[in-house]
Amino acid sequence: MKFKLSSGLFIFLTPVLLWLFLLIVIPQIELLLMSLRGENNLGEPIWTFANYLHFFTEEIYWYTFVRTATYAIIVTVLTFIVTFPVAFYITKVVSKRLSVFLTILLLVPFWVSELVRVYGWMILLRESGVLNHIMLSLGLIDKPVEMLYNDISMIMGLVYTSMLFMVVPLISSLEGMDDSLIEAAHDLGASKWTIFTRIVIPYAAPGITSGSIVVFMLALGNYLTPNLMGGKNSLWFTEQIYNQFIASFNWNQGAAFGFLLLLLSSLIIWVGLKMSKQQLGRVLS
Amino acid sequence: MKRILVLAVMLTLSLSSSAFSQETLKILTWKGYAPQQLVDKFEKETGIKVELTLSNNEEMIAKLRATRGAGFDLAQPSQDRISSVQEKYQIYQAMDYSKINADQLIGSMLDAVKKNTAVGGDSFGVPFCYGTSGLIVNKKLAAEAKDYSDLLNKAYEGRISYRLKRPTLIGLAFAMGDDPFAKYNDAAAYEALMNSVAEKMVAAKPLVKNYWSNGDALLEMVRSGEVAVAMGWDNGGWKLNAENPDIDFVAPASGALGWIDTFAIPAKAKNVEAAYKWINFILAPENAAIFTNLEKYGTASKGADKFLDKEIADNFKRSFSEADIDNIKWYPPVPANLEQIEGKILDKVKAAQ
Repeated sequence: MKFKLSSGLFIFLTPVLLWLFLLIVIPQIELLLMSLRGENNLGEPIWTFANYLHFFTEEIYWYTFVRTATYAIIVTVLTFIVTFPVAFYITKVVSKRLSVFLTILLLVPFWVSELVRVYGWMILLRESGVLNHIMLSLGLIDKPVEMLYNDISMIMGLVYTSMLFMVVPLISSLEGMDDSLIEAAHDLGASKWTIFTRIVIPYAAPGITSGSIVVFMLALGNYLTPNLMGGKNSLWFTEQIYNQFIASFNWNQGAAFGFLLLLLSSLIIWVGLKMSKQQLGRVLS
Repeated sequence: MKRILVLAVMLTLSLSSSAFSQETLKILTWKGYAPQQLVDKFEKETGIKVELTLSNNEEMIAKLRATRGAGFDLAQPSQDRISSVQEKYQIYQAMDYSKINADQLIGSMLDAVKKNTAVGGDSFGVPFCYGTSGLIVNKKLAAEAKDYSDLLNKAYEGRISYRLKRPTLIGLAFAMGDDPFAKYNDAAAYEALMNSVAEKMVAAKPLVKNYWSNGDALLEMVRSGEVAVAMGWDNGGWKLNAENPDIDFVAPASGALGWIDTFAIPAKAKNVEAAYKWINFILAPENAAIFTNLEKYGTASKGADKFLDKEIADNFKRSFSEADIDNIKWYPPVPANLEQIEGKILDKVKAAQ
């Protein structure tokens, strides 16, 4: 079926096109141009690649990026490990009606903003927080322990905030799976592990991949959680970009970092797709 | 087809008309600088609706730079962050001092701000309030904390908090016996000094609990006893003192860092008249006193003293001796490009393990 581009359709499309062009395409082009500008020794504006070179020559910048990317990958893997049993339980173990109820239960915490959820975790984990209070009164510890402001609490926060984006594609891909596949494998004497690795995982692979891409990008581009829950060493690459724009007034450098983040994260996803032999088109469909 | 067009036109009209039905004043300011009580009073007196956007120095500059000075009718940057920014980005318009009721302002402060915010023949700022950065100390947990160097003191391991921002670098430089303000115009010397400060900060990093970025979060940590020594603003220490006498603001031995926050009018402000009205309104003695009683910041309003709570003067006397007052280091205007040097150094501190 083909749409004829009538003027009526055009009226409805115009806001979308304007939105895309004015608010997304033009700013991106301006940022790209900005990232290629710099000053020479006399303070005159010139075209230069110096902002991009800076990333590779200054140790702390690429170090921060490598750190951020590594943690984003760890978060993705952990999110998968945490959410897969949940998704499997909801789709394959419980009854249909209960599974709808459980899915809604999973969604409810995500109706409040990320900021509120992160503050919730901070109230639980801080030195004078709820968990410490309970453990103290139970006599499990005799001095409050600081559980906040370290890499572990930060990763936990990131896993928590991105769980939903993994669980939904997992549920939808597992739902389409015919239970008789598992039963047949059972009848033919396959072990549970074999069923898991040779039947369930391959079947859910597109869901796993699309969930992983979203979670990875969200973790990599997150600013709030590392900033609030992370400790004194938790310099995230997005914070680096913010610092360049806001604290250092160096917009050209910040723009270059932004584009490097885009390029490098796309590269990581491309490598991931190649390694898992998935195709982007199939994953997103 | 025609119906759709009519509908679309009606929609746009109804949206735009509701947005412009009332005169508004958009202020880009700090938290607490426009108490609700005074906003209500102003709206009642003038009929102008006040819209507040809360921010800090760096974000204010970035926001106005992004729009080349549009989007707000009034901004409240610190006096030392105006002249170099104005020279480079032209985001403010010259202040018309004839429209300011100078009688209700402390004359010496107005003159100082005029001088420090001058670019070319014009000046860009009117003082609003002042205060200092120093130490907020829980005397029960850290009786001996007296100077910025105590932020690096092993005795308070895990009980220390400060911001990774320029005041911390400057305070620590003073505590090392140096004078960073004297090196403002010598970028190389300044960078060397700040690098040596950063080295100490990295070495003492294991002692820090966290780097605070939100004033309320800091107060909460000090209030709960999680933090014993912090670098912060005087009014925060005094607010906590009212709740718990063990906690107080301490003027550091090497000098508290004095700042003055101002009013400046963005270059493309739409409602300049309302901006002047607000400035004259909030600096009127009785209104300025409401602000100071609530937020504990010092005010630039001359006649406000007689409306102030007794507690305000007590706070000041408790934290500042005569010598401490003489020792306050007032920020001179920041020359261009220092921020880049500091930004890189602060990134290094944060990234260090």
